[in-house]
Amino acid sequence: MSNNKPHDSAAGAGNAARLRAMDYLVRRHYFRWSEALPWLIAIAAFFLFPNRMTFGGQVLIMIMFALSLDLILGYAGIVTLGHAAFFGVGAYTVALASLKLGWSEPISGIIVGGVVAGLVGAVAGWFVLRYRGLTLLMLTIAFAAMLQESGNLRSDITGGYDGLPGLTFDPLFGHFQYDLYGHTNYWYVLAVLAVIFYFVRRITYSPFGQALTGIRENVRRMHAIGSPVHRRLVTVYAISAAIAGVAGGLFTQTNAYVTLTVFDFDASAKVMVMLILGGRGRLYGPFLGAAVYMILEDYLAKLSPTFWQLGIGLLLVLVVLFARRGLLGLAEDARAFWTRKDRAPSPPRRLVWKPEHWNALAVSALDGGIIGFVAGFAINMKQAALMLSFVTDLPTRAIVFTLGGAAIAAAINAIYLLIVSRTSVEEQTS
Amino acid sequence: MTAALQVENLQRSFGALHVTRDVNLTLQRGARCALIGPNGAGKTTLINLITGVIRPSSGTVSLNGEDITYLSQADRARRGLARTFQINQLFRGLSVLENICMAIGERDGHNNNLWRSAGARREVIDEALDHLESLNMVDDALHLVRNLAYGRQRLVEIAIALAQKPRVLLLDEPAAGVPSSESHLILDVVANLDPDIAVLIIEHDMDVVFRFAKEITVLVQGAVFTQGTPDDIMNNADVRAVYLGEEGHEAAQRGGRHG
Repeated sequence: MSNNKPHDSAAGAGNAARLRAMDYLVRRHYFRWSEALPWLIAIAAFFLFPNRMTFGGQVLIMIMFALSLDLILGYAGIVTLGHAAFFGVGAYTVALASLKLGWSEPISGIIVGGVVAGLVGAVAGWFVLRYRGLTLLMLTIAFAAMLQESGNLRSDITGGYDGLPGLTFDPLFGHFQYDLYGHTNYWYVLAVLAVIFYFVRRITYSPFGQALTGIRENVRRMHAIGSPVHRRLVTVYAISAAIAGVAGGLFTQTNAYVTLTVFDFDASAKVMVMLILGGRGRLYGPFLGAAVYMILEDYLAKLSPTFWQLGIGLLLVLVVLFARRGLLGLAEDARAFWTRKDRAPSPPRRLVWKPEHWNALAVSALDGGIIGFVAGFAINMKQAALMLSFVTDLPTRAIVFTLGGAAIAAAINAIYLLIVSRTSVEEQTS
Repeated sequence: MTAALQVENLQRSFGALHVTRDVNLTLQRGARCALIGPNGAGKTTLINLITGVIRPSSGTVSLNGEDITYLSQADRARRGLARTFQINQLFRGLSVLENICMAIGERDGHNNNLWRSAGARREVIDEALDHLESLNMVDDALHLVRNLAYGRQRLVEIAIALAQKPRVLLLDEPAAGVPSSESHLILDVVANLDPDIAVLIIEHDMDVVFRFAKEITVLVQGAVFTQGTPDDIMNNADVRAVYLGEEGHEAAQRGGRHG
């Protein structure tokens, strides 16, 4: 390979590019000031909402759970809908250790919970990670369901769906008692989250983390350049399972109670939704996603105990349609848009309505109609009667929901098309 | 002297379909060998067999005298066998520099490290930049691969394989899909490869084949039709009949004159 430089000036320019590239990679993992923001918010929340700290602790636990999922889904590209399995293993390990073995020291409790979940993750991962895509997805669902059903079969140990109530844990460091308002617990969970986050951050910026990204981006090439793909995936799966297990252990300690519902498919799906909502593969997505989801859920459930899921669903539809990379991705796009250097001499933009936009509108209207139609049937008859008293019979409601869904989807898409065709015509056509 | 790559009696069938029949192929150290044949002759399948993407029904593959027939793709790669793909297989969402670092990290085992930051290994980044410099691609180092023009992506495809520091390199149509105005960039890289690396190239452009290769293997319907020097192949009436056609023959003579 020849390494000779053409002549001095070109070499100088090449050197500048070289230094820039080197500098970028070397500095990439440095802490940025903006990274302190989520932590400052978490601390501020304690002083702003001292009465909501039980809820605050739950949010932090879900952030940790979503972070564990981000490691495998966002970085390694492992698609799973059974991650609650490891959350549940951690939760039950801590509960059973306390109940059967009298192991009620909290910190060593979550460590044991994490280790056990990690081992389960390593074994499960060794089997299921031979597959990818839909097969893997089904296997992860099956694994969580299997654990749940095993727990149900041995309800003498697990307490079944009635759960294991009245668990007790020692004060933290033998000193800080768990209090009714969850104040101690909040700081405890926040501290554990900070430690876990530090680990995850190191991993994602390590060469191993890079290799995971490589597996996500192109697994064929990883095989071809000599990467032990299966080993890498099992390793990260076990780490992720261990973190989920720690989150589960904290969940048990916070609630002093655990039931088999921790293994629910709902729980796996919910953490996935949080991650997608926040933005995957970018470390802080879980923070934003879990917080927004939990706060919205809490608020909507108070607003409408029956229909709160509608609001979450709508938000998710909007995110999937218009912000595929999650809220954080959206924020990045917005920032890139406003700080773009070539903004001043930008060519005149105008509304461009192209013929193919009609086509897009028709498709979105059709999609919206189908969603509306299904939603019409999915919502219970009586509940629908409460919400829309003027449509009580099934056929009318199907029509109303279908047309309503179509109209809403088309309207949203029309606004979207107008915005994108105005700002970046090239991007749309490419 | 042990051959860099030796393929013996390699067979592979999918059910009743014999895609590779009793193929023998030897690449000495520093070999410049071309694999040609009509579409569907099993050229890419042969590469997949050699690199371990698929397993042979029978026969052996040896790398520097070691039997690698039953090793995984990754184990083969770590023993110095690198390939490029006919259709780009790149880390499209990563920068060019990261693509190269990925290969170096796997080659040297850095990628097992999950604690030390990737940026802390300046020697890896330095080496990756050296590779890019030799391809005149330092300016693209921080660009995402998916934002590069196709011809540049094709160079990254080769750069990754070179960063593996292979002893045997299999190039599957390196200039495929590249506009002819840019293909010389890629072919220059191919022509200037380290003389110690044994290279097997699949290529349809007869100009390139006859200029580059010292030995040519013609594959037809999964079997070796004939093997020989460019002159042998050029003057082989049977090859002309099954593969080159008159047009190809003219190209061959042109290529011969260049060489």
